[in-house]
Amino acid sequence: MQANALLKSIAFYALVAVIVVFSVFPFYYAIVTSFSTGTALFQVNYWPKVFDWSNYQAVLSSRNFPRSILNSVLIAGCTVGFALFLAVTASYALARLRFRGRGLLLLTILAVSMFPQIAVLAGLFELIRFLGIFNTPWALILSYTIFTLPFTVWVLTTFMRDLPVEIEEAAIVDGATPWVIITRVFLPLLWPALVTTGLLAFIGAWNEFLFALTFTSSETMRTVPVAIALLSGASQQEIPWGPIMAASVIVTVPLIGLVLIFQRKIVAGLTAGGVKG
Amino acid sequence: MTTPSLGRAAGPSLQQRRQKAAFWFLAPMLIALFCVAAWPLLRTIWFSFTDATLSNLYDAKWIGFDNYLQVRTLSSGRTVLRGTLVDPAWWNAVWNTVRFSLVSVAFETVFGLIVALVMNAQFRGRALVRAAILIPWAIPTIVSAKMWGWMLNDQFGIINDILLNLGIISQKIAWTANIETAMTAVLIVDIWKTTPFMALLILAGLQMVPRDIYEAARIDGVHPVKVFFRVTLPLIKPALMVAVIFRILDALRIFDLVYVLTPNSAATKTMSVISRENMIDFDKFAYGAAQSTLLFAIIAVFVSLYIWLGRVDLSGDRS
Amino acid sequence: MAKIELKNVTKSYGAVNVIKGIDLEIRKGEFMVFVGPSGCGKSTLLRLVSGLEDITSGDMLFDGERVNSLVPSDRGIAMVFQSYALYPHMKVYDNMAFGMKLAKADKAETDRRVRDAARLLQIDHLLDRLPKQLSGGQRQRVAIGRAIVRDPRVFLFDEPLSNLDAALRVQTRLEIARLHHSMDDTTMIYVTHDQVEAMTLADRIAVLRDGRLEQVGTPAELYENPNSIFVAGFIGSPKMNFLTGDFARDKGCATLGARPEHIELSPDGSGEWQGEVVHAEDLGSDNFLFVDIGADEPVVVRQPGKLAIPYGSRISLQPQAGQLHRFDDQGRPIR
Repeated sequence: MQANALLKSIAFYALVAVIVVFSVFPFYYAIVTSFSTGTALFQVNYWPKVFDWSNYQAVLSSRNFPRSILNSVLIAGCTVGFALFLAVTASYALARLRFRGRGLLLLTILAVSMFPQIAVLAGLFELIRFLGIFNTPWALILSYTIFTLPFTVWVLTTFMRDLPVEIEEAAIVDGATPWVIITRVFLPLLWPALVTTGLLAFIGAWNEFLFALTFTSSETMRTVPVAIALLSGASQQEIPWGPIMAASVIVTVPLIGLVLIFQRKIVAGLTAGGVKG
Repeated sequence: MTTPSLGRAAGPSLQQRRQKAAFWFLAPMLIALFCVAAWPLLRTIWFSFTDATLSNLYDAKWIGFDNYLQVRTLSSGRTVLRGTLVDPAWWNAVWNTVRFSLVSVAFETVFGLIVALVMNAQFRGRALVRAAILIPWAIPTIVSAKMWGWMLNDQFGIINDILLNLGIISQKIAWTANIETAMTAVLIVDIWKTTPFMALLILAGLQMVPRDIYEAARIDGVHPVKVFFRVTLPLIKPALMVAVIFRILDALRIFDLVYVLTPNSAATKTMSVISRENMIDFDKFAYGAAQSTLLFAIIAVFVSLYIWLGRVDLSGDRS
Repeated sequence: MAKIELKNVTKSYGAVNVIKGIDLEIRKGEFMVFVGPSGCGKSTLLRLVSGLEDITSGDMLFDGERVNSLVPSDRGIAMVFQSYALYPHMKVYDNMAFGMKLAKADKAETDRRVRDAARLLQIDHLLDRLPKQLSGGQRQRVAIGRAIVRDPRVFLFDEPLSNLDAALRVQTRLEIARLHHSMDDTTMIYVTHDQVEAMTLADRIAVLRDGRLEQVGTPAELYENPNSIFVAGFIGSPKMNFLTGDFARDKGCATLGARPEHIELSPDGSGEWQGEVVHAEDLGSDNFLFVDIGADEPVVVRQPGKLAIPYGSRISLQPQAGQLHRFDDQGRPIR
């Protein structure tokens, strides 16, 4: 009986180990590769043998990659700020105010968040050209709103619904207008939800590829994903795997750091956006 | 139902004020969504009925359904069909997309269930597992595509090395370039990247199952496998269904992974990829718009299904 | 400070009528309790008075001024909620001062009022704490303090004691009664489902049932002259005994009501009703005897002091003359 239990426990931990290794290994291998240059790059190494920072130096001193990081930070930051600003008041209305067509509106917002981006590509392309913002950060800030805004509205609405009704009624009796309720009563209570939602929207905007590829044309305007996808070496035939892996690690480490720090909140936010729907 | 207006104190009542506030609170969001979603969508659909090109967006002529299907009778009396609906490249992309969606979601569901069940157990190092499985989710898709592209590299890739050492393959495989294996490569990366998301959604469902149900089953001596199929699975089915449809919708619009991992491979080209290719790269703007309109129509059907199922789920929660 | 008049007030949510036409006058400085079983509309009625809900039809007047569509903060009301509803992120002081801050009141005046209220409720040492650092009873006092600071014309309580444990409930009840005495020109309306709270606090009680007023009167009036079987059964603890069939027919009514405290034992066996003790509860000060006299339910008899009547004994009961309540087949009293 005891041997049986031991066996079961070993099998369980083996499964755990497989899951962990499978999850982590590709990123680990990217790190190993990013420290290899020259011939070391073209030998399969399971363990890091050299620590050569030259790939990182090459990427960070290149003309365009630091610029791309800056672009991505700016665009993702603005998109999130914009989406949260619009979403806070809207989600208050959707969560707390009674009006006709509320259910339908919520369903529409949910539907928009599942839009295929490609379906609006042609129309957005025209709009962006018309506004004269093609190949500028504004083109991406505008177009990213299509997925960040419905998402933030939806998640914030589910969080806002969970705030106690009586606190809001106490504020009404105290003479608070809806605007005061949002800014002075609800926002201080909602900041954990705002951090979560903002972070998830930031990751979404940071990772976006289709719009970034289509609405930028010059190298200086590229965001990080486009820059990595289109990173080319000295010649057309040679793919610069070392610098690509270094660039990948550079843009991924902060993201992983944030995700691990906020992991509990992120899991809550993801499930609020998914399952509760 | 009538409130006499005579002598009414001051202005609108609380509920009326709140309704007015609701309007002003929603207006900016609705305007923003109209500008970035509704209007571009309508324009895309409109373009799909014209002969617009990238360089000539505004002087486009209305050509009706020609981008979708055009029946032309030649002088020789032969009828020729043209348009997306008879374009073999389009149907290839449809088939690729459907195949990709079904296979990837099926694997993600099974693996996601396994991971979720593991994480639902009490054991040491659970936090570590959760942190580990969040990593693939946090990595940008483009980065995953590049990372796996390197690992699946035919000459220097570690996957070929491992498989050769284990004796599973006898010669190196060009995973991403090869017509037969390109789809497998895309599937591997997508499953790796998205299983965590699936697992977290399923785990949320699992955690809503009261623990005493398992206790009761254990006391009754029911076999764990039986408990899973008879108790756990039925209870998490609503959450599971919603997660699956959520993922199918996501899979149907896949673009970035395919575009970067297997560029220009007919074996993996999906609906999104082929639409954009026609629109931007081949200067067949209107033709691409027609294809993206078709993709939208397909996804709209699935969204309706999702909302319908979501409702069923909601009412189930209340009862 | 305010006289409140409700004239044929109704409230409906869509097709559901919650309040079905209520006429009621609440006098200046009165402590009025709305009582009734859950779902009777008492909380909705309070929310209509507060202005948190709009009335569907009818009129509501404060001191003769029509307030039908006046927002809560302009009605001069203050409300104490069941869950206290303190702002979790504000200190006690800011919780109490929030309303005056929003009204842009003078800072010194705000400070004076907050400190006065805090002193009155003995929470002046808690002003720098956050709500989560307080006990349930302290939170309830802060909630009451926040209401006092508003210096309201009307004080509204929505089941304020139901989240407190039994001991604290009695204590807080006393404090609310004291508060009423110290603010004796402030009208207070108090909602509860607990008839003991209603009887102990109220100047007058309004019994609600199914969206209508069943009876309005002083606790003594309701106890002595209930207007219906419903009120008779709702007011008083333990509940009034109701007898039907031959017991009632003998007295010329459809239902006969006798309160447990109005039934006496006849040691010589000469009582009107004979029965067997099926259960006895000794509360120390009181004894409750459950006696099967052949009616549908055992009759409850309340006897003060110590009694040694063993389970199963046969005893004889005599209802006090003039204390019986007779009801017709409509549930109305026959007087």
